[in-house]
Amino acid sequence: MSDHAHSEILPVGGTDTVSTAWWGMACLIATEAILFVYLIFSYAYLGSQHDGPWPPSGAPSLKLALPNTVILVCSSFLLGWGVREFRRRRDNGRLALFLVGTIVLGTAFITIQGFEWAGKPFAFSTNAYSAAFFILTGVHMAHVAVGLLMLVMLLVWTLMGRFGDAHHEHLALGALYWHFVDVVWIAVFTTAYLVPQFS
Amino acid sequence: MRRRAALLPVLALAGCSGTPLSYLDATSSVGGAIANLGLGLTAISVGVCVVIGVLLAVAICRRRPEGDLEIAPVNDRGAIRWIGVGVAISTVFLLGSAVWTLLTVNSIGEPAQAKALSIDVIGQEWWWAVKYHSSDPAREFTTANQLVIPVGVPVQINLTSTDVIHSFWVPKLGGKMDMIPSRTNVTWLEADKVGDFRGQCSEFCGLQHANMAFTVRVLSQADFDSWWDRQLQSATGSPDDPRLRTFMARCAACHTIRGTPAGGILGPDLSHFGDRETIASGLMPNTPQNLAKWINNTQTIKPGVKMPELGMLASEIDGVTSYLEDLK
Amino acid sequence: MSAQVETIGSAQRRKLLGIWETAPGLYGWLASVDHKTIGIRYLCTAFFFLVIGGTEALVMRVQLAQPELKVLSPDAYNQLFSMHGTTMMFLYALPMLSGFSNYLWPLMLGSRDMAFPRLNALSYWVFLFAGIFLYVSFPLGQAPNGGWFAYVPNTSLEYDPGINMDVFALGLIFLGISTVVGSANFIVTLLRCRAPGMSVNRLPILVWGTLTASAANLLAVPAVSLACAMLWLDRRYGTHFFEMSGGGRPLLWQHLFWIFGHPWVYALVLPAMGIVSDALPVFCRRPLVGYTLVAISTVATMILGFGVWVHHMFATGLPVMSLAFFSAASFVIAVPSAVGVFAWIATIWTGKPHFTTPFLFFAGFIMLFVIGGVSGFMTASVAFDWQLTDTYFIVAHLHYVLLGINVFPVIGGIHFWFPKMSGRMLDERLGKWTFWTMFVGFNAAFFPMHVTGLMGMPRRVYTYPSDMGVGWLNLLSSVGAFVFAVGVLLFLINVAKSLRAGEPAGNNPWDAPTLEWATTSPPPVYNFATIPQVASRYPLWEGRLKESDERSIIGDAAPDGMVLDRGKETIGVTPLDAEPNVVLKMPGDSILPFLLSIGMTLLFFGMLGQMIWLMVLGAVCEIVILALWLTPKPHAAEERVEVYE
Repeated sequence: MSDHAHSEILPVGGTDTVSTAWWGMACLIATEAILFVYLIFSYAYLGSQHDGPWPPSGAPSLKLALPNTVILVCSSFLLGWGVREFRRRRDNGRLALFLVGTIVLGTAFITIQGFEWAGKPFAFSTNAYSAAFFILTGVHMAHVAVGLLMLVMLLVWTLMGRFGDAHHEHLALGALYWHFVDVVWIAVFTTAYLVPQFS
Repeated sequence: MRRRAALLPVLALAGCSGTPLSYLDATSSVGGAIANLGLGLTAISVGVCVVIGVLLAVAICRRRPEGDLEIAPVNDRGAIRWIGVGVAISTVFLLGSAVWTLLTVNSIGEPAQAKALSIDVIGQEWWWAVKYHSSDPAREFTTANQLVIPVGVPVQINLTSTDVIHSFWVPKLGGKMDMIPSRTNVTWLEADKVGDFRGQCSEFCGLQHANMAFTVRVLSQADFDSWWDRQLQSATGSPDDPRLRTFMARCAACHTIRGTPAGGILGPDLSHFGDRETIASGLMPNTPQNLAKWINNTQTIKPGVKMPELGMLASEIDGVTSYLEDLK
Repeated sequence: MSAQVETIGSAQRRKLLGIWETAPGLYGWLASVDHKTIGIRYLCTAFFFLVIGGTEALVMRVQLAQPELKVLSPDAYNQLFSMHGTTMMFLYALPMLSGFSNYLWPLMLGSRDMAFPRLNALSYWVFLFAGIFLYVSFPLGQAPNGGWFAYVPNTSLEYDPGINMDVFALGLIFLGISTVVGSANFIVTLLRCRAPGMSVNRLPILVWGTLTASAANLLAVPAVSLACAMLWLDRRYGTHFFEMSGGGRPLLWQHLFWIFGHPWVYALVLPAMGIVSDALPVFCRRPLVGYTLVAISTVATMILGFGVWVHHMFATGLPVMSLAFFSAASFVIAVPSAVGVFAWIATIWTGKPHFTTPFLFFAGFIMLFVIGGVSGFMTASVAFDWQLTDTYFIVAHLHYVLLGINVFPVIGGIHFWFPKMSGRMLDERLGKWTFWTMFVGFNAAFFPMHVTGLMGMPRRVYTYPSDMGVGWLNLLSSVGAFVFAVGVLLFLINVAKSLRAGEPAGNNPWDAPTLEWATTSPPPVYNFATIPQVASRYPLWEGRLKESDERSIIGDAAPDGMVLDRGKETIGVTPLDAEPNVVLKMPGDSILPFLLSIGMTLLFFGMLGQMIWLMVLGAVCEIVILALWLTPKPHAAEERVEVYE
């Protein structure tokens, strides 16, 4: 290594893995992901120790949950498309539309799930199954809600023109979080809705 | 200083037996197997401490050129080899101990012969309900705070709790097993000698965890059989006994005595109370003076215990005390 | 050529000072994001909790000094032992190590601050407010009373009415936020915020230890947060996670708690072992023997630490196969620990011991580590653990590992880095008295507990009968505890005295090798006027160790180096090889972390009192503050930077 310095142009802040914010979001996702592992573990443990069938009230209906899953997955694709478009064309208006679309789909998810919950034959405090079911799906719903707040903030910043050439990491990171929420839903949905269909 | 420190455990171990709850001097095959393992692990541990202590002392005190504290180039190939040696030796002892442990677990899992007896022990805050099972339902009965078993035969113990988690532990006869509400844990005991052995709750269970003890009384088979027959007998004495009337009025809401109308189940079964070694689950020896003191001073003697201070008159206390002590 | 050290005075340094200085007055005090300020706050607050937890212990030891004493009621005793454990395990042990790491990491790594300075401030304020939240219960006589492990059903509403365990459950969730946020900060700082050339094989072991602990905390803390949430819901909302009446299971609590709890105890000691691995070699006048082995063993211990939790549940009646697996794993985990012990002894053996106070603490630590380790080895054996568990033997083990492997290195570490932090030396003579008082007191207090444990004395008991035969051993423990406390007092006197009138320290009073010793004592707020270029593991010993011809470039030796003075800036590097690849803009003072913590406090008090309006108020505050915090700020896309090849 020489003693001589030469000058280089380096990015400021950086995007994706060059930025530090990306790694921070990765840590957040890691810790939230393991939370869902523990939620699924608790659900499975209580099920394994249960006397009698699990779920006690029979497998939950897929009538609302399956279309809802499709809605959430679509919202992820929509957001991913929007972010990719923005990277290419830097069009704030189009980005805003994509964000609005994602927010609408996300809100629909929460609303439909709310209806589905209201129609359950059990309440949070009914028994061990209902506790495990509602905390698993409920913690997920809370993450969706936080994701929606994040998307709203992104929308506001888009409309304020804060996403210029150099810095739109917030966008990528918000999208990363939203994708995470969707992937987790696949795991939650499989555990709470699909597996009981087959056992 | 470190060498002297290493001798302490050896000396201490000598004092580690002979106390009511010590277990390196266990008197059962299970307790003995565990104690052997424990002594072996202790010996290895003490040895490790001594060896490391010596190495550390030598490393610190070995002679070096006076006053030289200079930084100089180093070659660590030799030193790394010694780390390897140390870790390799440690690994051998660790693996050996793991194997010995698993062999011990395997050997104490089930008794050599079939279990002669099945007893439920149910933990509650802060006493022990004990139910004896029999192939003849008419010969089943309940007692409390004492476990009487015959010598030399394995006895199955079914453990559960009606409230919080407790733990059943008779150090001289074997290891502990938790008593968890909503499940039954099964263990077994077999004592080699006749005698009395102390048990202790071993899972923090609230205000009086410290004073939740019990006795295991090991009798010869003949003595055990006659004890069982005595337990099945109804309470002696006339139903018009005024002392019994006092008991019915003040105590029967929570306590049962077989053969009398007293059928309360909130507190320990007091049938044949006069035969019991201790009062208040191992807290005091069962004497008339202690019993009299207990009845009116429960919250002072065992603060938080579920039995309220009843404020009984001296005459009532005398009556109940002598009645209970007569129930042999 | 040897690395030179910075001197104050040039226009360049004045400019950096202007950029980096914290605002004066109350605003600056509340809004500072300087890692050194935050580090010292962590150290002081954690030490304060150590003293409180220690006082709780001393009161307990008075009650236990003789059989059947009536100094404390069982209820008071239960609150004391629960708060003692909770305080030490959560409010002292990790925050203390976080304090060291917060202060030292950027300096050791050659950077100007942590990756996320505002998040750093947030983790401190949340820690402080969570500690206050837990302790507000004490004057109300409603302190947590179910043990730091809080087993259900004993801590369910039926058997523990009152708010004691609600404070516990919510308090731990609150504190967990600080831990997770701090852990993320350490991980990202390590991966990206180092000086060029500070590759992963050149990191101080303290950094390895804290990195490992942080990764573990990210994965372990959610388990206890979830368990506490379930406990609170069972207690206040009638759910049946653990409540058996609806099919809940008490053992679920134990699984979740220990899945967190076991990795947690390794998080409490691995950074402290790192302190010893970095500082002991300085007083042996040579590098650590087996650096790579020690770094690997640190990570291996933590990974294995996730696979042994059931050893806290050996007596619960789980299937024998699973007990056998966890017992075997508990033996295996001792192997990487052995690596450390032999590495430290080899370092002393092949080195030239310099008998200072820090050296005494680190040498004493090795012996206590081994004693704590072998008592752990004895409990790893599931069959023998069936006798040992829940006796004072475990109390002896846990105190040897926690005081021996955390407190002793911490005190030694303070003696080592106090000169850097304050510019003054601690008194050596008083330091040696401190060590011997603490060492003798500690062993007198806790060694007898191995014996009382083998004699069958159960733990978590407010008293014991005289016929148990353990009266005089308990008296010895109680006396020892007070002697240890005198040692702590001597230490505090030393700190107070030396802050005022200690000998001036200079930049590198110990002639130590790592980058923090290349700055002034205390360092300037911007740490390095030019970012160092690192060429070896021991930059300040390079010329003498002669491991290669390459030399680090530090301070005045780098007049044309990486100054990064276009605002608050530091350099970001690639994770493994530390090649510079981005300029990182650092935030200035910000009151937002403090405000966010206030909002969180409102939220948690709202949950404790079940006051919806307060919860909503807290939540709304959080959302608004987060929006302000995260708002993107315009900045230049690129910058020209001087880089060494």
